[in-house]
Amino acid sequence: MNGPGDFELEATELVRPYVITKGRGLPDDDQLSLITLVTAAPEQVQRPLRLSPEEQRLLDLCSAGYLSVAEIAGHTRLPLGVVRIMLAGLTEAGYLITRPPVARARLADKELLEEVLSGLRAKFG
Amino acid sequence: MVSGPSLGERPSLQSRDYVAGGASQTAVKILVVGHFAVGKTTFIGSISEIEPLSTEETMTRAAQDVDDLKGVRGKTTTTVAMDFGRLTISDRVVLYLFGTPGQVRFVQMWEDMARGALGALVLVDPERLADSFAVIDLIEQYGLDYAIAVNNFDGNPVRAEAALREALDLLDDTPVVTCDARDEQSSAAALTTLVSYLLARVG
Repeated sequence: MNGPGDFELEATELVRPYVITKGRGLPDDDQLSLITLVTAAPEQVQRPLRLSPEEQRLLDLCSAGYLSVAEIAGHTRLPLGVVRIMLAGLTEAGYLITRPPVARARLADKELLEEVLSGLRAKFG
Repeated sequence: MVSGPSLGERPSLQSRDYVAGGASQTAVKILVVGHFAVGKTTFIGSISEIEPLSTEETMTRAAQDVDDLKGVRGKTTTTVAMDFGRLTISDRVVLYLFGTPGQVRFVQMWEDMARGALGALVLVDPERLADSFAVIDLIEQYGLDYAIAVNNFDGNPVRAEAALREALDLLDDTPVVTCDARDEQSSAAALTTLVSYLLARVG
């Protein structure tokens, strides 16, 4: 949807988010969707980047298991756009592994919905 | 990894905060939508396995329609919060529930939320049906299948379903359930109704 009245995603009222994000732009939406699962990469021997405190904090947060992008934003209280950019940078540099949700297709939808339905019934009777 | 984290600089998470079996989980999402104060966060909280979280996005737009009238060129910013929770369905699927503000103007957020969603549960206050029109319009605009959950927290008798269907202009097969968003079982039943319907739709 594009047209007059549409919004741009910005975070102008924060502490200069482009400083935190080192000037990076927004990453591809699908790669870091709200429910993309993120964790620290197992091997981090070679670290080409000097990490900012914010990046180190994100990496620490992701080091104990998988969290969704939305959860990372929620726990850190950073705006979603800023978190996405930082995660994209860390992923690019090999610090993080991301697992985007499966591409939507009719068959996949059916299997997922069946799984969700039986799971809900099992949990809540 | 650096052990001995500097406490206070990062949230201290418990192992239960992380997605169980994350390496083999497929994440899916369902939207919980409705007008202001209809009970979205309560609903999510009643069924989520984690304390519901919130994330904010600052929306900025050129405000021609408002500010130009006053001779001020500029932008208006609005901070929008979305609340969400998580429910591990099985060792293969983890379900996220996103509570979405009903305001039509948060286009970017809606696109983010709607993309890839399995469907939507529309929470409706039977006393404020007209407030739900805009939300239902948006859901339809994004092509999401939905069910209606009438949040009947006061225990008041809900108006006849036929009248409600007519008022909301629903299709004949759109499910309508009554729920108490504070109650886990009741919320789960509403969700189950939605997912059954979604499954029938992909048939």
